[in-house]
Formats: sequence, structure tokens, C-alpha cells
Amino acid sequence: MARAFDQHEPPAWLRAAKSALLAGLIAFGLFLPLIGIRTEQDINNALTFRTRWPLLAAMVALIIAARFVQMIFIVPFVARRKERQRRDTTPPAAPASWRAKVSRWFVPAALGFVMAYPILVLLLNRSSGAIKWIDNFGIQILIYVMLGWGLNIVVGLAGLLDLGYVAFYAVGAYSYALLAKNFGLSFWLLLPLSGILASFWGIILGFPVLRLRGDYLAIVTLAFGEIIRLVLINWVPVTNGYAGVGGIPRPSFFGLPLDASANGFAATFHIPFSPLQRVVFLYYIILALALLTAGLTLRLRRLPVGRAWEALREDEIACRSLGINTTNTKLTAFAMGAMLGGFAGAFFAARQGFITPESFTFIESATILAIVVLGGMGSQIGVAIAAVVMIGGTEAMRDLDILKSVFGAGFDPTQYRMLLFGFAMVMIMVWRPRGFVSSREPSVALKQKKAVAADLIGEGRG
Amino acid sequence: MDIFLQQLINGLTLGSIYGLIALGYTMVFGIIGMVNFAHGDVFMVSVFIALITLLVLTQALGMSAMGLALVIVMIAAMAFTSLINWAIERVAYRPLRGSFRLAPLISAIGMSIFLSNFVQDTQGPRNKSIPPMFNDVIALTSGPGYHATLSYKQIVIWGVTAVLLVGFWLLVRHTALGRAQRACEQDQKMAALLGVNVDRTISLTFVIAAALAAVAGTLYLMYYGVVSFSDGFLPGVKAFTAAVLGGIGSLPGAVIGGLLIGLIETFWSGYVSSSYKDVAAFSILAITLIFLPQGIFGRPDVEKV
Repeated sequence: MARAFDQHEPPAWLRAAKSALLAGLIAFGLFLPLIGIRTEQDINNALTFRTRWPLLAAMVALIIAARFVQMIFIVPFVARRKERQRRDTTPPAAPASWRAKVSRWFVPAALGFVMAYPILVLLLNRSSGAIKWIDNFGIQILIYVMLGWGLNIVVGLAGLLDLGYVAFYAVGAYSYALLAKNFGLSFWLLLPLSGILASFWGIILGFPVLRLRGDYLAIVTLAFGEIIRLVLINWVPVTNGYAGVGGIPRPSFFGLPLDASANGFAATFHIPFSPLQRVVFLYYIILALALLTAGLTLRLRRLPVGRAWEALREDEIACRSLGINTTNTKLTAFAMGAMLGGFAGAFFAARQGFITPESFTFIESATILAIVVLGGMGSQIGVAIAAVVMIGGTEAMRDLDILKSVFGAGFDPTQYRMLLFGFAMVMIMVWRPRGFVSSREPSVALKQKKAVAADLIGEGRG
Repeated sequence: MDIFLQQLINGLTLGSIYGLIALGYTMVFGIIGMVNFAHGDVFMVSVFIALITLLVLTQALGMSAMGLALVIVMIAAMAFTSLINWAIERVAYRPLRGSFRLAPLISAIGMSIFLSNFVQDTQGPRNKSIPPMFNDVIALTSGPGYHATLSYKQIVIWGVTAVLLVGFWLLVRHTALGRAQRACEQDQKMAALLGVNVDRTISLTFVIAAALAAVAGTLYLMYYGVVSFSDGFLPGVKAFTAAVLGGIGSLPGAVIGGLLIGLIETFWSGYVSSSYKDVAAFSILAITLIFLPQGIFGRPDVEKV
């Protein structure tokens, strides 16, 4: 150990204090203009500023304290653990079997939970609270789970980096909204139609970008996503521009609308009408759609086309030399991902009843891609977990009254939702660059399926 | 003819600002092969820092010489923005170096969301505007009807951009730092073996990129006089388009690309339709990447098995 020989090394607390002071100095520089000074309009609408020194001092103190704690406790702890891991060459046996047991029961348990979720919520809450729980958490998270799984086909399986996925979501949503409003077609007819239209767009947009790879592909798909949004904004005669499309018809239950009308669901079954019925119905639609996506992905992975996707992700040149038509393989991946995005879009329009181009910004695409990558590309369970953490977490920020009691009544947690979302994206990537679930189930195996470490999975160059 | 001349002047002005931001993209991409998604938001942050410094100078310290104030504002914006970008690289990108390819991209997107929301939360969501300055113009044409004019602001923007570009070019070509940067661009491991401090070089690249973005930010504030927290995305994407159009990794390419994008945007809004001007920029991005992926000055990407 080098440390034993070095007599002049300062004590640990001194080094930690020095480092903490340096961090505080840097934090002071970082926060001085933006936190220390706030620009404001005065009565004459001219811009003035006021200083916020206490807040700045608090932030700097917080950084100093955090750095000191990190240097004193966390750094030696991590170093000790690394040292232990280095010495321990025998793999720990007990946690592995425990982990296997958990992973075997995790999927059925999670499935059972999402099936029973509305009933559980109803048992625990009254009607108004239940709507919030099912709508804000259940449906919202499931939409993102479905979008994540749809994009997972393109990014996780085929290895094509798509930053404009929201375009297909928008195509699906506007297809349903415009066709249902202008031609009075039903949700159940338009759901597949929206998917087909979206997959057409997937092929149209996929065709020119076949030659592109990596970051370039990401940027061009981003450009396409933005072009579609800008067209939706500017093509006012059809899309009504910024004002959006309102009064979109809701899905019906075997022809029975879920409203208070005389031929509605409640009247037919002679039960009192409650908006809860519609919310629960929508919940099960999106659950069915999400499970359809998951099942489709599982089956596709065993078909030749699914294997071709994964082969393409691992090595495109090898793929081509083995006679796989990479053009068709890429286009099917784009079309399949786009179709699922279109389904989700049609559902989104039917659930909201009102859509504007502002629902389909780049941030949406980034969120969906982040869910796929944070979950661990290609891992369906990981994607679902990431959607629950990121979307559930930001939704939960909406009504945390505890924070109000800590920071005072003027504190509005919703304001900091996206701030924390962005910060969490960075931190999760730094902590686990390969995502939450870092092992994969192989698609093809000889005798026994062994989990594959994510580091060994190709990330795709396309 | 007057309209043409006017659009040409406006386009070159806008293009100078895009070019300065594009240099940041192209430098970072050249050295670590990563699209720094947060760069547009770093630019936006620099506009806010310039705005705050200007307010402090004119209102608290009572400075009335606008020319001198602007110089101080620019230096302050460069210093603070550089520090911020240095910290971003240290926190969000350095731990991911050598990790798999998507990780830094996602991290950068997260940083971009973080920065725009940070500014929204600390400075408020409203547009911030300051009274216009340097309003004098030179009429370039005479006669009845519309006149093309060249404002002092535009001359300042051209001048500052030109001086900076020359200085920057000398820095990259003739200093030890520039040599280290070019070495890291070619082969990081080899550069490290030959005694180049790779981490420090990459950090300094981010610092220089931020300083150039801060110059663009100060000029942007002077020219438009209004900024909001969401103003990072579009200039960012357009500057990236400029970098790609010029050939990513190429420094003169970024400037030429910036000027081209600025010209295309102003001519498109002048002659075709101003509501589709962003569509034009995005279409150019897509068309360039599809038909000319290496850009105007870029080297073709050779694929190795």
C-alpha cells in the first residue's frame, strides 16, 4: 500500500474539507448569476433585477456539505467495496439464486398487479380520488410503457437510433382525431387504420435514412419529427394549427358509449353513471394495447425478421454478407415501431379528447428514448420499470404536499418536475450506463437459456 | 433589389451567430465524437448571463457607456458560461467516456432538459426583453419606397465574429493546446501515450466551445433584445445543421455552414413563407445528411470491419 510509506499525507478530514471548499467555490461561480440574481419586470414593464443572496448561500452550503459527506463516507466505502470485490474471485452463490427466484416471479406478479390495479385503487379510494390514481398514474404510465416497447423494437432490437418517434405518435393521434371527427368512424375501426397510416409514414421516413448511421440517423429522425410537428402547426385548414383538434369522440364499449346518455353503458345495464366507468375502460384498453405490444415483440424475436433485426444490431456488414436484406429489415423495424406508436397515438387522442401539436414536441421523443435506454435497451422489463420510475416519479411530483410543509406554502413541486427529470436522466446514465436491467434473455439458445450481460449486446451502428 | 440586399445583410448577421454556436458542436464532435445536445441550452444560458450582467452594470453600477458595458458583459458571459460547461462535462460526460455510444447522448439530452428548466425555475417563464441599443442605421440605397439599411449592431456582430474567428483559428493552428486538440481528435490513446493530457484537453475544448457560445449569446442579446428559457432548442438545432452542412469536425465548415443556414433562413422567410422557415432548416439538415453525409468540408467516413 502506497499510503503506509507516505508520511506527509494530510488526514482524511482535511482533504475532504479542502475538496468541499473547492466544490463550494465552483458552485458559487455556477450559481452566482442565475440563482443569486433574478430578473423581473417592474410596474413600467421594464426589466430590473433583485438579489437572492440567502438562497445562493444556502445552495452553496448544500454543495459544500454534500461534497464533504461524499469525501468522508462514500468515497472510502466505494473503495472498500471495490477492494473486496477484487479479492473475492468466487462468485457469491446465495444472491444469485435469490435473484433468479425474484426474476422468475416478477413478471407474473407484475402482470397480476396491473390487471387488478383499478380494483385495488377502488378498494382504497373514493370515486374522485380513484380517477386521479387510475388516470394520472395507471393510464399515463401505460401509454409510456407502450411507447417505450414500441421504440424498443427500433432502438433495442434493430439498433436504429430514432429521435423522432413522437412523429408516429402524432400521426396516429391526428389520424384518429381527424377521421373520427370528419367521417364519424368508430374508434375500433380507426385504431388499426391509425396504426397502418403511422407505419406508412414509418416506411416513407425510413426510406431516405437507410444509408445513415448512428448519431446522423438520430439527427435526421429528429428533423423529421420536428417537420411533422411544424406541418401540424402551420397546416391550419386541416389541423387547426396551435388551437388543436377538440371534441374527439371517445371509444365505445361494443357500441355503447360510456356517458350519461339514454343509450349509454350505464343506462343499458341500469347502473348509475359515473365517469369512473370510462376511466377504467380506457385503462383496460391501454393495458391490452401494451400487452399486445409486449406479446408481439416476444413472438417477433423468434421469427426470422426478429432474428434479422438483432443480427443487424450486432453487425451490419456480417448481416449483409450472410444474405440478409438489410433494407427490408430496417424498413420492417421502422414500420413495426411506427405502427405501435400510431396505436398509442390513436389511444392518446381518444383519451384526451383534445390534441394540439404541443403534445408532440421533441421532449416527448427524448423522454421515450430515455425510457428505452434507462431501462436497458432491448429489455422489456427494464423499459417498463424505467417508465414507472420516470413517468410515475414526475407525476408523483404533482401532488407532494409534504414538500410544501418543508419548504413553505409558496413552494410548488410541479415546477421542479422536469428539472428533476433531466437531472435524473443524467444521474441514472452516470450510475448505470447500460440501464436498470443489465442482463438479457437470449432470443435463441441451444439447450439452456443463460442470461447475457448487457455489455456483450451490440448497440447497433445504424 | 433592396429587399434582396436587406435579406443578404440580415442573413449574414444571423449566420454569424449560428456559425459561432456551430463551432462548439463541431469541436466537441471532432474530439469525442458526441453530439452535444445541451449546447443549444448552454447558448441560452449564456444569453441569460449576459442579460443579468448588463442589468447589474447599467442599473446597480450606473454605467452609461454602452460600448464598454457590452465588452464587460461579453467577458463575464464567457467566464461564467465556460465554468458552467466545464462543470457539465465533468459531471455528465466524463464519467461516460468510453462507455457505450448512447449513454453520453442520453446524458446530454437530460442536461438539455435540466438547463432549460433550471433557467425557467430560477428566472421565471416569461420573455425577458431589454430596450434596444445601437439603433443607428446606415441607409445603403436611396430613392423612393423601401430602403435597405445596415445597422451598427450588424457591423458589430460581423466585426466581433471575424476577429474571434481569426483568433480562434490561430489558437487551433499554432498553440500547444491546438496541437493537443488535433492529436486527441485523431487518436486519444496514442495522444495520451505521447504525453498529452487528454482529460484536460477535452475540458478545455468544452470551455472554448462555451466561450464561443457566450459570444454568440451576447451578440444575440444585443441584436434581438429578448430571450426566454426555451430559446436554446431551435438555435441549437440550426447551429448543429450548420455544423453538419459544413462537414462536422471541420472548423471553417462550421462557419460557412452557419452563414449558409442564416442566408437560407432569411431568404426563405423573405421570399417564400415565414411560417415554414424552420421546416426549411430541418429539410436542409435531412437532405444534407442523406445526400452529402460528410458535408462540404468534411472527410468521408470510412467503414472498417
